[in-house]
Amino acid sequence: MSEHDTPDTAVVPADDFGHGAVRLDEGHVIGTGGLPDRFENPGLPPHQPRMSDLTEAGAKRAEKQVAALFSVSILGTLVFLVSYFAIARDTYVFIPGIGDVDLSNVVLGTSLGAALLGIGLGAVHWAKTLMPDHESVEMRHTMRSSEERRQGFVDTLRAGGETSQLTRRPLIKVTLGAAMGLFALPLLVQLVGGLGRLPKNELSLTYWSGEVGPDGKPHFKPLRLARDPEGTPIKAEDVTIGSVFHVQPDGLLPDPTSDEPELRAGLESGILEAKSKAAVLLMRLNPSDIKSQKEKDWGYDGIVAYSKICTHVGCPVGLYEQQTHHLLCPCHQSTFDVTDDCKVIFGPAKRPLPQLKITVDDEGYLIATQPFREAVGPSFWERGQ
Amino acid sequence: MSASTSSRPADALRDGDSKHAAPTSKAAQKVGGVAGWIDDRTGAAGGVNYLLKKVFPDHWSFMLGEIAMYSMIVCLLSGVFLTFWFVPSAGEVVYHGSFAPLQGVKMSEAYQSTLDISFDIRGGLVIRQIHHWAALMFTVAVSAHMFRVFFTGAFRKPRELNWVIGCILSMLAIVEGFAGYSLPDDLLSGTGLRAAEGFMQSAPVVGSYLAYLVFDGPFPGEAIIPRLYSVHVLLLPAILIGLFTAHIVLVAVQKHTQFPGPGKTNDNVVGYPVMPVYAAKAGGFFFIVFGVISLMAALIQINPIWGYGPYDPSPVTAGSQPDWYMGFADGALRITPNWLEFTALGYTVSLNIALGALGLIPVFYGVAIAYPFVEGWIKGDKGEHHLLDRPRNVPVRTALGVAALTYYFIFMFAAGNDIIAIKLGMSINDITHFFQATLFFLPMLMFWITKRICLSLQRHDRDLVLHGRESGTIIRTADGKFFERHEDLDPYTRWPLVQQDPVHPIQLESGVDANGVARKGARKERLRAKLSNFYFRDAVNPVTPAELAAAHVGPGHEAIDAEPPTHEIEPDKVDGRMGIDAVHDDSHEFGSSTH
Ligand code: HEM
Ligand code: FES
Repeated sequence: MSEHDTPDTAVVPADDFGHGAVRLDEGHVIGTGGLPDRFENPGLPPHQPRMSDLTEAGAKRAEKQVAALFSVSILGTLVFLVSYFAIARDTYVFIPGIGDVDLSNVVLGTSLGAALLGIGLGAVHWAKTLMPDHESVEMRHTMRSSEERRQGFVDTLRAGGETSQLTRRPLIKVTLGAAMGLFALPLLVQLVGGLGRLPKNELSLTYWSGEVGPDGKPHFKPLRLARDPEGTPIKAEDVTIGSVFHVQPDGLLPDPTSDEPELRAGLESGILEAKSKAAVLLMRLNPSDIKSQKEKDWGYDGIVAYSKICTHVGCPVGLYEQQTHHLLCPCHQSTFDVTDDCKVIFGPAKRPLPQLKITVDDEGYLIATQPFREAVGPSFWERGQ
Repeated sequence: MSASTSSRPADALRDGDSKHAAPTSKAAQKVGGVAGWIDDRTGAAGGVNYLLKKVFPDHWSFMLGEIAMYSMIVCLLSGVFLTFWFVPSAGEVVYHGSFAPLQGVKMSEAYQSTLDISFDIRGGLVIRQIHHWAALMFTVAVSAHMFRVFFTGAFRKPRELNWVIGCILSMLAIVEGFAGYSLPDDLLSGTGLRAAEGFMQSAPVVGSYLAYLVFDGPFPGEAIIPRLYSVHVLLLPAILIGLFTAHIVLVAVQKHTQFPGPGKTNDNVVGYPVMPVYAAKAGGFFFIVFGVISLMAALIQINPIWGYGPYDPSPVTAGSQPDWYMGFADGALRITPNWLEFTALGYTVSLNIALGALGLIPVFYGVAIAYPFVEGWIKGDKGEHHLLDRPRNVPVRTALGVAALTYYFIFMFAAGNDIIAIKLGMSINDITHFFQATLFFLPMLMFWITKRICLSLQRHDRDLVLHGRESGTIIRTADGKFFERHEDLDPYTRWPLVQQDPVHPIQLESGVDANGVARKGARKERLRAKLSNFYFRDAVNPVTPAELAAAHVGPGHEAIDAEPPTHEIEPDKVDGRMGIDAVHDDSHEFGSSTH
């Protein structure tokens, strides 16, 4: 190429250049001077003999090394077998740099490792020192079959189509195609149909909504807020400024202090499912710190209750910073501002945590006065409906 | 096995019927006997003998695929052990095993049986930790193997199919790992499943149905553990083994690629035969991989589920972190801005979740699967390639690969944004914004840097070929100047540096034909020429014999018998780049290798 490099031109006729122009720094020439276009492959380099090829002593040494490695393996196996029976479970030892460890695990694993590594390293060392190290050459052939074979294949297929009369009988062709296309459907329908039930309105309901009647609608009943996991109800005066209560609806968890047998027992089944939607965080703020009027109205004397289920993908939110009144989700760090109706101030979650409207009953216990007004937890397509 | 199985003419089956030529030694007789017995019934001797003589080339990077294969086998083996004790059930039990801190705690049978494997079954913990470490090694090795194949161009024709199979294997490995990680039903894995359910809900239109189908009702339900179990021990292993077998058969049929070197051509394989060398090395290597995994299982704790407690949806997990291979998806979720969720016509569209959780993995693998076909099309390359590219010799591909890796690592590091924030004492907001910003410039920057490095390495190769090695000998010329004598490379050392085919961007033919009518496909051709230009416009091509000859006509070199230059070019006019190699005619452009 000329001294003016013009990368965007594809091919420049060679006689654009001075005859035999050379760029000395790169040895770039025009015209080949009768030399070939390309260097020639020099072929395999001469073979270098190894120590073990040269002297019998060298070979003998290699033999001993390989045998030693195989012996390490035998030893490892023996140690494993003995320690499997000899080391009691629950034996812990301190290993510097690692800490307190389960002795049986360390010894069994290490001896198994030695048994395996001995074989492996021995075999590789053997291959490297004593097995032939002359390289072999195998020729390749193009993957493509020969023309005749390809033609033969096509002919066979065509002949098959013709002799079976498939090509001449369109009725068979069409119905076979349709049958083959459809036969997987029953299996698919069975699988998908049997996998699970339809969500209906369940994603929008929680335990706070009340029992779902035969009409498919929930029947709300004010529930007390109970401590999670103790199950005991919470009095407004117990909630001091700066404290956080993890809350579940009364009746979900067994409450050992209750006189009512139902509350003492808690929910019989579906506890995890109920908990994973009904979990609530209860905090008390200085009412003057609360910026949102709705938040104040739905709370009680600065005590506010919010869903604990992150509106991102549903991890329990629970890292409460007392100074800033921020709630942080440990999964992807969405941060909610409790002074401002739990709006998202940072992170991938979009929606505020839903608030649970609360007050106190005549015994001074906190109760929910209405269920959540929107679906808790992660978003889904029809949540706004 | 040879003689005993050779055929005899029928007329020899009479008097004086010659016995099979007896193998010489007793031992050989024995081998011949067993093999003969089998061959009598299968006729396998010919095929097996062919396989035993098959030649495999040697290079450290070819071991990455082997590590993947062996750690997968270790997963399969140790997994079968685990199935004997693991109980895939969400049924509630009260713990009474030997791990004191959890005495009397309610938990699922799955969690209890995992505790039993860890504490009450002798050697159970070793097997569990072997399984988990092997899974991690498997996913790391698969990825590293994939990079090796990408950066050396081993995916080119005829191996595109195997690249596609490999991509699917890699994706399934991630899913398999996630399914396994979720089985023990501890607090961490349960929280992972909780997030997975949220991912499903975010699917537009069908999200809530999808989640209810998979979990058989509301989260967590009792179905997910047994379902994941059959996916983890039956469905995915069957697919993995099937695809993996196809992968290996294709390697054997197409024969392994090799790095360019003296004696190695596009038409041969240079290496060691399976019997005995490769069998000993590869077989031995299985034991080494298994041994290393065992040592890790012995000495490095992994997934101590007893410390997390059983799954319960309400306790808060501090700083939950998934296994490394899920990190990039987790990181993508963390840095996706929340304004991507919006409502339209009363329906909620959560792209802030769906993009990272549902879209990222298919897009990532979709691009990877498409790449060989796109590159082949751009190059108009129809030839078979069995010699690997040195990454520097294909600067744009190498740079694209590094850019893709950069995206991957940005996402992966973003999954540690909370840890980084704590370690560096910075605000998590700043760290997250930093990661978001890097997405827009870092991959481009890495592309540019990588390409520059490749080009300069190529120029360095040219320089070495043209001017040889410094010999350390200082020579004084007649007029009192000093220079160091350079020694020419010997042909064996030189060959790897000059063997590659020269490349040029594709010519754009005129978009109209002779009659001025627009040709069909002209737009496609224009795009192709543009891309080809992007790939090859500043290609540095290998030294030709003529160039080497010319370089010798300089100070300190004896002129060899080549056409002498008629004029010199001032060094300061030279920009150090080369474009298209005018000494080659077009027929060389992308044809298969000419050696
Ligand atoms: C080849 C890829 C495989 C990968 C990547 C993989 C990965 C995992 C992982 C990460 C775990 C969690 C282990 C823990 O820390 O407790 C696990 C658990 C488990 N895996 Fe696999 N696995 C694979 C194959 C298999 C196979 C083939 C089987 C059975 C035939 C199996 C059976 C199990 C069982 C029973 C568990 C639960 C037991 C426990 O957690 O202790 N795995 N797997
Ligand atoms: S689940 Fe809370 S931030 Fe993702």
